[in-house]
Amino acid sequence: MTVTNKGRAHWFYLAPALLLLGVFLVYPSAETIRLSFYGPRSDVFVGVQNYLRAFTSAPMLTTFRNNLLWMAVFTLFTVGMGLLLAVILDRVRYETLIKSVIFLPMAISYVAAGVIWRFVYAFRPAVAPQIGLLNAIIVGMGGQPVWLLIQRPWLNNLALIAVGVWVWTGFCMVILSAAYKGIPREMQEAARIDGANEWQVFRCVTIPFLKSTLAMITTTMIVFVLKMFDIVYIMTNGAYDTDVIANRMYNEMFQFNNYGTASAIAVILFLAIVPFIVLNVRRFRAQEAVR
Amino acid sequence: MSASRKVRRVPLHLVVIVLALIWLSPSLGLLVSSFRPRQDLLASGWWTAVATPSEWGRFTTGNYQDVLLRQGMGRAFLNSFIITVPTTLITLTIAALAAYALSWMEFRGRQVLLMTVVGLIVIPLQMTLIPVLRMFNVLRLSGTFPGIWLAHAGYGLPLMIYLLRNFFGALPRELFESAYMDGATPFTAFLRLVLPLSVPVLASAAIFQFLWVWNDLLVALVYLGGYSEVAPLTLRLSLLVGSRGQDWHLLTSAAFVSMIVPMVVFFSLQRYFVRGILAGAVKG
Repeated sequence: MTVTNKGRAHWFYLAPALLLLGVFLVYPSAETIRLSFYGPRSDVFVGVQNYLRAFTSAPMLTTFRNNLLWMAVFTLFTVGMGLLLAVILDRVRYETLIKSVIFLPMAISYVAAGVIWRFVYAFRPAVAPQIGLLNAIIVGMGGQPVWLLIQRPWLNNLALIAVGVWVWTGFCMVILSAAYKGIPREMQEAARIDGANEWQVFRCVTIPFLKSTLAMITTTMIVFVLKMFDIVYIMTNGAYDTDVIANRMYNEMFQFNNYGTASAIAVILFLAIVPFIVLNVRRFRAQEAVR
Repeated sequence: MSASRKVRRVPLHLVVIVLALIWLSPSLGLLVSSFRPRQDLLASGWWTAVATPSEWGRFTTGNYQDVLLRQGMGRAFLNSFIITVPTTLITLTIAALAAYALSWMEFRGRQVLLMTVVGLIVIPLQMTLIPVLRMFNVLRLSGTFPGIWLAHAGYGLPLMIYLLRNFFGALPRELFESAYMDGATPFTAFLRLVLPLSVPVLASAAIFQFLWVWNDLLVALVYLGGYSEVAPLTLRLSLLVGSRGQDWHLLTSAAFVSMIVPMVVFFSLQRYFVRGILAGAVKG
Protein backbone atom coordinates (compact mmCIF):
# COMPACT_ATOMS: atom_id res chain seq x y z
CA MET A 1 0.00 0.00 0.00
CA THR A 2 1.06 3.55 -0.67
CA VAL A 3 2.95 5.36 2.03
CA THR A 4 1.43 8.81 1.91
CA ASN A 5 2.23 10.20 5.31
CA LYS A 6 5.30 11.93 6.49
CA GLY A 7 6.14 11.46 10.15
CA ARG A 8 3.13 11.58 12.45
CA ALA A 9 0.53 13.10 10.15
CA HIS A 10 -1.75 10.08 10.55
CA TRP A 11 -2.51 11.09 14.11
CA PHE A 12 -4.20 14.22 12.84
CA TYR A 13 -6.71 12.00 11.01
CA LEU A 14 -7.08 9.43 13.74
CA ALA A 15 -7.16 11.56 16.87
CA PRO A 16 -10.85 12.55 16.89
CA ALA A 17 -11.98 8.96 16.28
CA LEU A 18 -9.60 7.52 18.88
CA LEU A 19 -10.76 10.07 21.41
CA LEU A 20 -14.45 9.24 20.92
CA LEU A 21 -13.87 5.47 20.79
CA GLY A 22 -11.82 5.70 23.96
CA VAL A 23 -14.23 7.90 25.87
CA PHE A 24 -17.48 6.20 24.83
CA LEU A 25 -16.54 2.55 24.26
CA VAL A 26 -13.17 1.39 25.58
CA TYR A 27 -12.88 3.22 28.90
CA PRO A 28 -16.57 2.71 29.94
CA SER A 29 -16.38 -1.02 29.14
CA ALA A 30 -13.33 -1.43 31.37
CA GLU A 31 -15.02 0.64 34.09
CA THR A 32 -18.19 -1.49 33.87
CA ILE A 33 -16.12 -4.65 34.43
CA ARG A 34 -14.66 -3.00 37.55
CA LEU A 35 -18.08 -1.84 38.80
CA SER A 36 -19.47 -5.36 38.44
CA PHE A 37 -17.38 -6.37 41.47
CA TYR A 38 -18.75 -3.54 43.60
CA GLY A 39 -22.00 -2.98 45.49
CA PRO A 40 -25.14 -1.08 44.38
CA ARG A 41 -23.52 2.33 44.85
CA SER A 42 -20.07 1.25 43.65
CA ASP A 43 -18.42 1.94 47.01
CA VAL A 44 -18.04 -1.52 48.58
CA PHE A 45 -16.06 -4.33 47.00
CA VAL A 46 -18.28 -7.43 46.95
CA GLY A 47 -16.24 -9.89 44.89
CA VAL A 48 -18.32 -12.12 42.62
CA GLN A 49 -21.52 -11.64 44.61
CA ASN A 50 -23.28 -9.75 41.79
CA TYR A 51 -22.50 -12.62 39.42
CA LEU A 52 -23.70 -15.23 41.90
CA ARG A 53 -26.92 -13.29 42.29
CA ALA A 54 -27.29 -12.96 38.53
CA PHE A 55 -26.88 -16.67 37.97
CA THR A 56 -29.18 -17.80 40.78
CA SER A 57 -32.03 -15.25 41.05
CA ALA A 58 -35.31 -16.35 39.51
CA PRO A 59 -35.92 -13.19 37.40
CA MET A 60 -32.46 -13.48 35.84
CA LEU A 61 -32.93 -17.17 35.06
CA THR A 62 -36.15 -16.20 33.28
CA THR A 63 -34.25 -13.68 31.16
CA PHE A 64 -31.68 -16.34 30.21
CA ARG A 65 -34.46 -18.71 29.19
CA ASN A 66 -36.16 -15.97 27.16
CA ASN A 67 -32.97 -14.91 25.42
CA LEU A 68 -32.40 -18.55 24.44
CA LEU A 69 -35.95 -18.76 23.13
CA TRP A 70 -35.45 -15.53 21.15
CA MET A 71 -32.16 -16.88 19.83
CA ALA A 72 -33.70 -20.10 18.56
CA VAL A 73 -37.07 -18.89 17.25
CA PHE A 74 -36.13 -15.41 16.04
CA THR A 75 -33.01 -16.61 14.23
CA LEU A 76 -34.76 -19.59 12.67
CA PHE A 77 -37.65 -17.50 11.36
CA THR A 78 -35.75 -14.40 10.17
CA VAL A 79 -33.15 -16.45 8.32
CA GLY A 80 -35.67 -19.06 7.17
CA MET A 81 -38.27 -16.58 5.91
CA GLY A 82 -35.51 -14.44 4.39
CA LEU A 83 -34.24 -17.44 2.46
CA LEU A 84 -37.72 -18.50 1.37
CA LEU A 85 -38.51 -14.98 0.15
CA ALA A 86 -35.17 -14.59 -1.63
CA VAL A 87 -35.84 -17.80 -3.59
CA ILE A 88 -39.53 -17.37 -4.41
CA LEU A 89 -39.44 -13.64 -5.14
CA ASP A 90 -36.79 -14.30 -7.76
CA ARG A 91 -39.53 -16.08 -9.74
CA VAL A 92 -42.14 -13.31 -9.88
CA ARG A 93 -42.07 -10.12 -11.93
CA TYR A 94 -43.31 -7.85 -9.15
CA GLU A 95 -40.29 -8.76 -7.01
CA THR A 96 -39.21 -5.15 -6.29
CA LEU A 97 -42.63 -4.13 -4.99
CA ILE A 98 -42.95 -7.07 -2.58
CA LYS A 99 -39.38 -6.62 -1.40
CA SER A 100 -40.12 -3.02 -0.47
CA VAL A 101 -43.14 -4.15 1.53
CA ILE A 102 -41.15 -6.77 3.46
CA PHE A 103 -38.17 -4.48 3.93
CA LEU A 104 -40.09 -1.40 5.09
CA PRO A 105 -40.27 -2.34 8.81
CA MET A 106 -36.43 -2.14 8.86
CA ALA A 107 -36.69 1.63 8.40
CA ILE A 108 -38.95 2.39 11.36
CA SER A 109 -38.11 2.33 15.06
CA TYR A 110 -38.77 -0.59 17.38
CA VAL A 111 -40.92 1.78 19.41
CA ALA A 112 -43.19 2.39 16.42
CA ALA A 113 -43.11 -1.34 15.59
CA GLY A 114 -44.10 -2.01 19.19
CA VAL A 115 -47.10 0.31 18.95
CA ILE A 116 -48.11 -1.24 15.62
CA TRP A 117 -48.10 -4.74 17.11
CA ARG A 118 -49.69 -3.78 20.40
CA PHE A 119 -52.56 -2.63 18.22
CA VAL A 120 -52.56 -5.90 16.25
CA TYR A 121 -52.70 -7.83 19.55
CA ALA A 122 -55.23 -5.43 21.17
CA PHE A 123 -57.61 -7.36 23.40
CA ARG A 124 -61.20 -6.57 24.38
CA PRO A 125 -63.70 -8.81 26.17
CA ALA A 126 -65.87 -10.96 23.92
CA VAL A 127 -68.92 -8.65 24.34
CA ALA A 128 -67.14 -5.65 22.75
CA PRO A 129 -66.17 -5.38 19.06
CA GLN A 130 -62.57 -6.43 18.55
CA ILE A 131 -60.34 -3.66 17.21
CA GLY A 132 -57.11 -5.68 17.09
CA LEU A 133 -56.59 -7.61 13.87
CA LEU A 134 -55.49 -10.83 15.53
CA ASN A 135 -58.43 -11.13 17.93
CA ALA A 136 -60.85 -10.10 15.19
CA ILE A 137 -59.60 -13.05 13.13
CA ILE A 138 -59.83 -15.41 16.13
CA VAL A 139 -63.36 -14.27 16.96
CA GLY A 140 -64.32 -14.34 13.28
CA MET A 141 -63.38 -18.00 13.18
CA GLY A 142 -65.56 -18.66 16.23
CA GLY A 143 -62.89 -18.52 18.96
CA GLN A 144 -62.61 -16.58 22.20
CA PRO A 145 -60.49 -13.40 22.24
CA VAL A 146 -57.08 -13.82 23.92
CA TRP A 147 -55.03 -11.27 25.82
CA LEU A 148 -51.85 -12.51 24.15
CA LEU A 149 -49.33 -10.43 26.08
CA ILE A 150 -50.20 -12.05 29.41
CA GLN A 151 -50.27 -15.67 28.15
CA ARG A 152 -47.11 -16.78 29.96
CA PRO A 153 -44.72 -18.27 29.42
CA TRP A 154 -44.74 -19.22 25.74
CA LEU A 155 -47.45 -17.40 23.79
CA ASN A 156 -46.53 -13.92 25.02
CA ASN A 157 -42.85 -14.47 24.37
CA LEU A 158 -43.62 -15.78 20.89
CA ALA A 159 -45.84 -12.74 20.31
CA LEU A 160 -42.88 -10.46 21.06
CA ILE A 161 -40.55 -12.54 18.92
CA ALA A 162 -43.02 -12.20 16.04
CA VAL A 163 -42.51 -8.43 16.16
CA GLY A 164 -38.76 -8.93 15.86
CA VAL A 165 -39.24 -11.33 12.95
CA TRP A 166 -41.50 -8.80 11.23
CA VAL A 167 -38.75 -6.17 11.50
CA TRP A 168 -35.68 -8.24 10.61
CA THR A 169 -36.85 -10.67 7.91
CA GLY A 170 -36.39 -7.93 5.30
CA PHE A 171 -32.74 -7.57 6.24
CA CYS A 172 -32.09 -11.30 5.78
CA MET A 173 -34.09 -11.33 2.56
CA VAL A 174 -32.09 -8.47 1.00
CA ILE A 175 -28.73 -10.05 1.78
CA LEU A 176 -29.76 -13.58 0.78
CA SER A 177 -31.42 -12.32 -2.36
CA ALA A 178 -28.22 -10.57 -3.47
CA ALA A 179 -26.26 -13.77 -2.80
CA TYR A 180 -28.91 -15.90 -4.55
CA LYS A 181 -28.70 -13.80 -7.69
CA GLY A 182 -24.96 -14.38 -7.66
CA ILE A 183 -25.39 -18.12 -8.20
CA PRO A 184 -24.55 -18.97 -11.81
CA ARG A 185 -27.84 -19.83 -13.52
CA GLU A 186 -26.17 -22.59 -15.54
CA MET A 187 -25.53 -24.54 -12.33
CA GLN A 188 -29.22 -24.71 -11.52
CA GLU A 189 -30.22 -25.33 -15.14
CA ALA A 190 -27.70 -28.16 -15.42
CA ALA A 191 -29.14 -29.81 -12.33
CA ARG A 192 -32.68 -29.48 -13.73
CA ILE A 193 -31.66 -30.98 -17.07
CA ASP A 194 -30.13 -33.88 -15.17
CA GLY A 195 -33.61 -34.50 -13.75
CA ALA A 196 -33.36 -32.84 -10.35
CA ASN A 197 -36.62 -31.47 -8.99
CA GLU A 198 -36.88 -27.98 -7.47
CA TRP A 199 -36.29 -29.25 -3.94
CA GLN A 200 -33.13 -31.12 -5.00
CA VAL A 201 -31.86 -28.04 -6.86
CA PHE A 202 -32.47 -25.99 -3.73
CA ARG A 203 -30.77 -28.47 -1.41
CA CYS A 204 -27.82 -29.50 -3.57
CA VAL A 205 -27.03 -26.33 -5.54
CA THR A 206 -28.57 -23.29 -3.84
CA ILE A 207 -27.83 -24.09 -0.19
CA PRO A 208 -24.13 -24.97 -0.69
CA PHE A 209 -23.68 -21.70 -2.60
CA LEU A 210 -25.35 -19.64 0.11
CA LYS A 211 -23.61 -21.38 2.99
CA SER A 212 -21.18 -18.61 3.96
CA THR A 213 -23.85 -15.90 3.61
CA LEU A 214 -26.24 -17.96 5.75
CA ALA A 215 -23.57 -18.40 8.41
CA MET A 216 -22.86 -14.67 8.39
CA ILE A 217 -26.47 -13.52 8.78
CA THR A 218 -27.19 -16.21 11.38
CA THR A 219 -24.41 -14.85 13.57
CA THR A 220 -25.59 -11.27 12.92
CA MET A 221 -29.12 -12.21 14.02
CA ILE A 222 -27.84 -13.96 17.16
CA VAL A 223 -25.85 -10.88 18.16
CA PHE A 224 -28.92 -8.66 17.60
CA VAL A 225 -31.13 -10.95 19.59
CA LEU A 226 -28.78 -11.10 22.55
CA LYS A 227 -28.90 -7.30 22.75
CA MET A 228 -32.68 -7.09 22.14
CA PHE A 229 -34.13 -4.35 24.31
CA ASP A 230 -36.65 -1.96 22.73
CA ILE A 231 -39.37 -4.42 21.71
CA VAL A 232 -39.60 -5.92 25.19
CA TYR A 233 -39.37 -2.51 26.88
CA ILE A 234 -42.24 -1.13 24.81
CA MET A 235 -44.55 -4.12 24.70
CA THR A 236 -44.40 -5.52 28.26
CA ASN A 237 -41.35 -4.01 30.02
CA GLY A 238 -40.50 -7.57 30.96
CA ALA A 239 -43.72 -8.27 32.86
CA TYR A 240 -45.45 -11.67 32.73
CA ASP A 241 -42.16 -13.60 32.35
CA THR A 242 -41.11 -11.85 29.14
CA ASP A 243 -37.99 -10.12 30.45
CA VAL A 244 -34.70 -10.31 28.53
CA ILE A 245 -31.13 -9.63 29.64
CA ALA A 246 -30.83 -6.11 28.16
CA ASN A 247 -34.12 -4.93 29.63
CA ARG A 248 -33.23 -6.44 33.01
CA MET A 249 -29.95 -4.54 32.95
CA TYR A 250 -31.81 -1.29 32.26
CA ASN A 251 -34.24 -1.91 35.11
CA GLU A 252 -31.50 -2.86 37.59
CA MET A 253 -29.89 0.43 36.66
CA PHE A 254 -32.88 2.80 36.71
CA GLN A 255 -35.63 1.12 38.69
CA PHE A 256 -33.54 -0.45 41.44
CA ASN A 257 -30.46 1.82 41.21
CA ASN A 258 -28.29 -1.25 41.65
CA TYR A 259 -25.21 -0.34 39.63
CA GLY A 260 -23.25 -3.40 40.71
CA THR A 261 -25.79 -5.95 39.51
CA ALA A 262 -26.55 -3.89 36.39
CA SER A 263 -22.83 -3.90 35.53
CA ALA A 264 -22.57 -7.65 36.15
CA ILE A 265 -25.51 -8.25 33.79
CA ALA A 266 -23.86 -6.04 31.15
CA VAL A 267 -20.65 -8.07 31.50
CA ILE A 268 -22.58 -11.34 31.13
CA LEU A 269 -24.14 -9.95 27.94
CA PHE A 270 -20.69 -8.93 26.76
CA LEU A 271 -19.24 -12.38 27.47
CA ALA A 272 -22.05 -13.97 25.46
CA ILE A 273 -21.10 -11.74 22.53
CA VAL A 274 -17.30 -12.22 22.77
CA PRO A 275 -17.30 -15.35 20.55
CA PHE A 276 -18.98 -13.30 17.83
CA ILE A 277 -16.45 -10.48 18.21
CA VAL A 278 -13.68 -13.04 17.71
CA LEU A 279 -15.53 -14.47 14.71
CA ASN A 280 -15.92 -11.01 13.12
CA VAL A 281 -12.27 -10.14 13.62
CA ARG A 282 -11.20 -13.49 12.13
CA ARG A 283 -13.46 -13.02 9.15
CA PHE A 284 -12.04 -9.55 8.67
CA ARG A 285 -8.46 -10.84 8.74
CA ALA A 286 -9.28 -13.48 6.15
CA GLN A 287 -10.83 -10.80 4.00
CA GLU A 288 -7.78 -8.56 4.41
CA ALA A 289 -5.49 -11.42 3.43
CA VAL A 290 -7.08 -11.72 -0.04
CA ARG A 291 -7.06 -7.98 -0.73
CA MET B 1 -45.48 -18.98 -21.13
CA SER B 2 -47.89 -21.88 -21.64
CA ALA B 3 -51.28 -21.97 -19.94
CA SER B 4 -50.44 -25.07 -17.88
CA ARG B 5 -47.25 -23.42 -16.61
CA LYS B 6 -49.32 -20.40 -15.58
CA VAL B 7 -51.71 -22.61 -13.63
CA ARG B 8 -48.85 -24.34 -11.90
CA ARG B 9 -47.53 -20.96 -10.80
CA VAL B 10 -50.77 -19.97 -9.04
CA PRO B 11 -49.69 -21.35 -5.62
CA LEU B 12 -46.40 -19.40 -5.92
CA HIS B 13 -48.27 -16.12 -6.48
CA LEU B 14 -50.66 -16.94 -3.65
CA VAL B 15 -47.84 -17.51 -1.17
CA VAL B 16 -46.11 -14.29 -2.21
CA ILE B 17 -49.26 -12.19 -1.98
CA VAL B 18 -50.35 -13.66 1.36
CA LEU B 19 -46.90 -12.99 2.84
CA ALA B 20 -46.94 -9.43 1.52
CA LEU B 21 -50.39 -8.86 3.05
CA ILE B 22 -49.25 -10.24 6.41
CA TRP B 23 -46.31 -7.83 6.34
CA LEU B 24 -48.31 -4.84 5.20
CA SER B 25 -51.52 -5.12 7.22
CA PRO B 26 -50.12 -4.10 10.65
CA SER B 27 -48.76 -0.82 9.27
CA LEU B 28 -51.85 -0.27 7.17
CA GLY B 29 -54.03 -0.71 10.26
CA LEU B 30 -51.96 1.90 12.06
CA LEU B 31 -52.23 4.38 9.20
CA VAL B 32 -55.99 3.98 8.77
CA SER B 33 -56.67 4.11 12.50
CA SER B 34 -54.63 7.27 12.96
CA PHE B 35 -57.22 9.12 10.86
CA ARG B 36 -60.28 7.80 12.73
CA PRO B 37 -62.02 9.67 15.55
CA ARG B 38 -61.71 8.05 18.98
CA GLN B 39 -65.29 6.77 19.18
CA ASP B 40 -65.14 5.20 15.68
CA LEU B 41 -61.87 3.53 16.49
CA LEU B 42 -63.36 1.83 19.53
CA ALA B 43 -66.64 0.93 17.80
CA SER B 44 -65.22 -1.14 14.94
CA GLY B 45 -61.99 -2.51 13.48
CA TRP B 46 -60.02 -0.42 10.97
CA TRP B 47 -60.79 -2.91 8.19
CA THR B 48 -64.46 -1.99 8.54
CA ALA B 49 -63.62 1.65 7.90
CA VAL B 50 -61.67 0.70 4.79
CA ALA B 51 -64.45 -1.52 3.46
CA THR B 52 -67.33 0.88 4.16
CA PRO B 53 -67.31 3.87 1.77
CA SER B 54 -69.89 5.70 3.91
CA GLU B 55 -67.32 5.89 6.71
CA TRP B 56 -64.64 7.49 4.54
CA GLY B 57 -66.09 10.94 5.11
CA ARG B 58 -65.44 10.56 8.83
CA PHE B 59 -61.66 10.40 8.50
CA THR B 60 -60.07 13.34 10.28
CA THR B 61 -56.68 14.83 11.03
CA GLY B 62 -57.82 15.71 14.55
CA ASN B 63 -55.64 13.04 16.19
CA TYR B 64 -52.56 14.52 14.53
CA GLN B 65 -53.39 18.01 15.78
CA ASP B 66 -53.81 16.55 19.24
CA VAL B 67 -50.50 14.66 19.38
CA LEU B 68 -48.46 17.39 17.66
CA LEU B 69 -49.81 20.32 19.65
CA ARG B 70 -50.94 18.88 22.97
CA GLN B 71 -48.95 15.65 23.49
CA GLY B 72 -45.54 17.15 22.74
CA MET B 73 -44.90 15.23 19.51
CA GLY B 74 -44.39 18.52 17.62
CA ARG B 75 -41.54 19.55 19.88
CA ALA B 76 -40.20 15.97 19.84
CA PHE B 77 -40.19 16.03 16.02
CA LEU B 78 -37.94 19.08 16.11
CA ASN B 79 -35.75 17.49 18.81
CA SER B 80 -35.29 14.38 16.67
CA PHE B 81 -33.88 16.57 13.88
CA ILE B 82 -31.69 18.54 16.31
CA ILE B 83 -30.28 15.25 17.60
CA THR B 84 -29.99 13.34 14.33
CA VAL B 85 -28.59 15.80 11.78
CA PRO B 86 -25.53 17.05 13.73
CA THR B 87 -24.82 13.50 14.96
CA THR B 88 -24.76 12.20 11.40
CA LEU B 89 -22.45 14.99 10.21
CA ILE B 90 -20.06 14.63 13.17
CA THR B 91 -19.88 10.83 12.89
CA LEU B 92 -19.32 10.84 9.16
CA THR B 93 -16.61 13.51 9.23
CA ILE B 94 -14.64 11.83 11.99
CA ALA B 95 -15.13 8.35 10.49
CA ALA B 96 -14.02 9.51 7.01
CA LEU B 97 -10.79 11.02 8.37
CA ALA B 98 -9.99 7.87 10.35
CA ALA B 99 -10.92 5.54 7.48
CA TYR B 100 -8.61 7.50 5.17
CA ALA B 101 -5.66 7.09 7.52
CA LEU B 102 -6.49 3.42 8.03
CA SER B 103 -6.59 2.73 4.29
CA TRP B 104 -3.78 4.83 2.83
CA MET B 105 -1.26 5.56 5.54
CA GLU B 106 1.40 3.19 6.79
CA PHE B 107 2.08 3.32 10.51
CA ARG B 108 2.81 0.96 13.35
CA GLY B 109 -0.21 -0.55 15.03
CA ARG B 110 -2.51 0.03 12.07
CA GLN B 111 -3.56 -3.60 11.84
CA VAL B 112 -4.27 -3.74 15.58
CA LEU B 113 -6.28 -0.55 15.39
CA LEU B 114 -8.33 -1.90 12.49
CA MET B 115 -9.10 -5.11 14.34
CA THR B 116 -10.10 -3.15 17.43
CA VAL B 117 -12.53 -1.11 15.34
CA VAL B 118 -14.01 -4.29 13.82
CA GLY B 119 -14.30 -5.82 17.28
CA LEU B 120 -16.03 -2.74 18.66
CA ILE B 121 -18.80 -2.91 16.02
CA VAL B 122 -20.81 -5.46 18.00
CA ILE B 123 -19.93 -4.46 21.57
CA PRO B 124 -23.18 -4.15 23.58
CA LEU B 125 -23.96 -0.54 24.49
CA GLN B 126 -25.00 -1.83 27.91
CA MET B 127 -21.30 -2.13 28.70
CA THR B 128 -20.94 1.66 28.49
CA LEU B 129 -24.15 3.13 29.91
CA ILE B 130 -23.32 3.49 33.61
CA PRO B 131 -19.82 5.00 33.34
CA VAL B 132 -20.86 7.36 30.52
CA LEU B 133 -23.94 8.47 32.43
CA ARG B 134 -21.80 9.21 35.48
CA MET B 135 -19.30 11.11 33.35
CA PHE B 136 -22.18 13.09 31.82
CA ASN B 137 -23.56 13.92 35.24
CA VAL B 138 -20.19 15.27 36.34
CA LEU B 139 -19.73 17.27 33.12
CA ARG B 140 -23.39 18.39 33.11
CA LEU B 141 -23.94 16.78 29.70
CA SER B 142 -26.97 14.65 30.64
CA GLY B 143 -30.12 16.03 29.11
CA THR B 144 -28.18 18.16 26.61
CA PHE B 145 -27.94 17.91 22.83
CA PRO B 146 -24.10 18.04 22.69
CA GLY B 147 -23.97 15.12 25.12
CA ILE B 148 -26.14 12.87 22.98
CA TRP B 149 -24.40 14.00 19.75
CA LEU B 150 -21.07 12.84 21.14
CA ALA B 151 -22.43 9.60 22.61
CA HIS B 152 -24.13 8.62 19.36
CA ALA B 153 -21.02 9.57 17.40
CA GLY B 154 -18.90 7.33 19.62
CA TYR B 155 -21.32 4.43 19.30
CA GLY B 156 -21.72 4.81 15.53
CA LEU B 157 -18.04 5.25 14.66
CA PRO B 158 -16.88 1.60 14.49
CA LEU B 159 -19.41 0.60 11.82
CA MET B 160 -18.98 3.87 9.89
CA ILE B 161 -15.17 3.58 9.88
CA TYR B 162 -15.47 -0.03 8.74
CA LEU B 163 -17.90 0.79 5.90
CA LEU B 164 -15.88 3.76 4.63
CA ARG B 165 -12.54 2.02 4.97
CA ASN B 166 -13.73 -0.91 2.84
CA PHE B 167 -14.56 1.56 0.09
CA PHE B 168 -11.54 3.88 0.44
CA GLY B 169 -9.17 0.92 0.54
CA ALA B 170 -10.51 -0.36 -2.79
CA LEU B 171 -9.73 2.87 -4.67
CA PRO B 172 -6.94 2.37 -7.25
CA ARG B 173 -3.47 3.25 -6.04
CA GLU B 174 -2.51 4.95 -9.34
CA LEU B 175 -5.01 7.67 -8.53
CA PHE B 176 -2.97 8.75 -5.54
CA GLU B 177 0.35 8.38 -7.32
CA SER B 178 -0.67 10.74 -10.08
CA ALA B 179 -2.18 13.18 -7.58
CA TYR B 180 1.12 13.32 -5.67
CA MET B 181 3.02 13.82 -8.94
CA ASP B 182 0.86 16.89 -9.43
CA GLY B 183 1.90 18.10 -5.99
CA ALA B 184 -1.17 17.19 -3.94
CA THR B 185 -0.76 16.77 -0.19
CA PRO B 186 -2.45 13.85 1.58
CA PHE B 187 -5.13 16.20 2.83
CA THR B 188 -5.94 17.72 -0.57
CA ALA B 189 -6.01 14.19 -1.99
CA PHE B 190 -8.57 13.35 0.69
CA LEU B 191 -10.73 16.41 -0.01
CA ARG B 192 -10.49 16.55 -3.81
CA LEU B 193 -10.11 12.89 -4.68
CA VAL B 194 -11.33 10.47 -2.05
CA LEU B 195 -14.46 12.31 -0.89
CA PRO B 196 -15.89 13.07 -4.37
CA LEU B 197 -15.26 9.49 -5.49
CA SER B 198 -16.95 8.13 -2.38
CA VAL B 199 -20.28 9.94 -2.61
CA PRO B 200 -22.30 6.71 -2.95
CA VAL B 201 -20.75 5.05 0.10
CA LEU B 202 -20.93 8.30 2.08
CA ALA B 203 -24.64 8.45 1.24
CA SER B 204 -25.16 4.86 2.40
CA ALA B 205 -23.26 5.48 5.62
CA ALA B 206 -25.15 8.73 6.26
CA ILE B 207 -28.53 7.03 5.80
CA PHE B 208 -27.48 4.25 8.17
CA GLN B 209 -26.38 6.59 10.90
CA PHE B 210 -29.36 8.90 10.37
CA LEU B 211 -31.90 6.07 10.69
CA TRP B 212 -30.05 4.45 13.59
CA VAL B 213 -30.04 7.67 15.59
CA TRP B 214 -33.57 8.69 14.59
CA ASN B 215 -34.92 5.30 15.65
CA ASP B 216 -32.81 4.90 18.78
CA LEU B 217 -34.59 4.55 22.09
CA LEU B 218 -32.00 3.19 24.54
CA VAL B 219 -29.40 5.96 24.23
CA ALA B 220 -32.02 8.71 24.44
CA LEU B 221 -33.70 6.98 27.37
CA VAL B 222 -30.48 6.80 29.39
CA TYR B 223 -28.88 10.18 28.60
CA LEU B 224 -32.00 12.31 28.02
CA GLY B 225 -34.45 10.31 30.12
CA GLY B 226 -35.58 12.81 32.72
CA TYR B 227 -35.60 15.86 30.44
CA SER B 228 -38.82 16.04 28.44
CA GLU B 229 -37.93 19.30 26.67
CA VAL B 230 -35.11 17.55 24.74
CA ALA B 231 -36.85 14.17 24.22
CA PRO B 232 -36.85 12.81 20.64
CA LEU B 233 -39.87 11.16 19.01
CA THR B 234 -39.04 7.62 20.12
CA LEU B 235 -38.76 8.67 23.76
CA ARG B 236 -41.93 10.77 23.66
CA LEU B 237 -43.82 7.92 21.98
CA SER B 238 -42.64 5.42 24.58
CA LEU B 239 -43.85 7.76 27.35
CA LEU B 240 -47.20 7.97 25.60
CA VAL B 241 -47.40 4.15 25.50
CA GLY B 242 -46.80 4.15 29.25
CA SER B 243 -49.30 6.86 30.17
CA ARG B 244 -52.01 6.56 27.47
CA GLY B 245 -51.63 2.86 26.58
CA GLN B 246 -55.27 2.36 25.55
CA ASP B 247 -55.80 5.68 23.72
CA TRP B 248 -55.32 4.20 20.28
CA HIS B 249 -56.33 7.39 18.46
CA LEU B 250 -53.27 9.09 20.04
CA LEU B 251 -50.86 6.15 19.86
CA THR B 252 -51.53 5.39 16.20
CA SER B 253 -51.10 8.97 15.04
CA ALA B 254 -48.07 9.57 17.28
CA ALA B 255 -46.44 6.37 15.99
CA PHE B 256 -47.06 7.47 12.43
CA VAL B 257 -45.53 10.91 13.11
CA SER B 258 -42.38 9.11 14.28
CA MET B 259 -42.35 6.97 11.10
CA ILE B 260 -42.80 9.66 8.45
CA VAL B 261 -39.16 10.74 8.12
CA PRO B 262 -37.68 7.22 8.07
CA MET B 263 -40.27 6.21 5.47
CA VAL B 264 -39.50 9.18 3.24
CA VAL B 265 -35.77 8.44 3.57
CA PHE B 266 -36.43 4.78 2.88
CA PHE B 267 -38.56 5.25 -0.23
CA SER B 268 -36.43 7.99 -1.79
CA LEU B 269 -33.02 6.47 -0.97
CA GLN B 270 -33.77 2.73 -0.79
CA ARG B 271 -30.99 2.01 -3.30
CA TYR B 272 -28.31 3.50 -1.04
CA PHE B 273 -29.81 1.87 2.03
CA VAL B 274 -29.68 -1.59 0.46
CA ARG B 275 -26.18 -0.95 -0.87
CA GLY B 276 -25.05 0.01 2.63
CA ILE B 277 -26.48 -3.17 4.12
CA LEU B 278 -24.77 -5.29 1.50
CA ALA B 279 -21.43 -3.50 1.96
CA GLY B 280 -21.61 -3.73 5.73
CA ALA B 281 -22.70 -7.30 5.95
CA VAL B 282 -21.88 -9.31 2.87
CA LYS B 283 -18.19 -8.40 2.73
CA GLY B 284 -16.15 -11.41 3.74
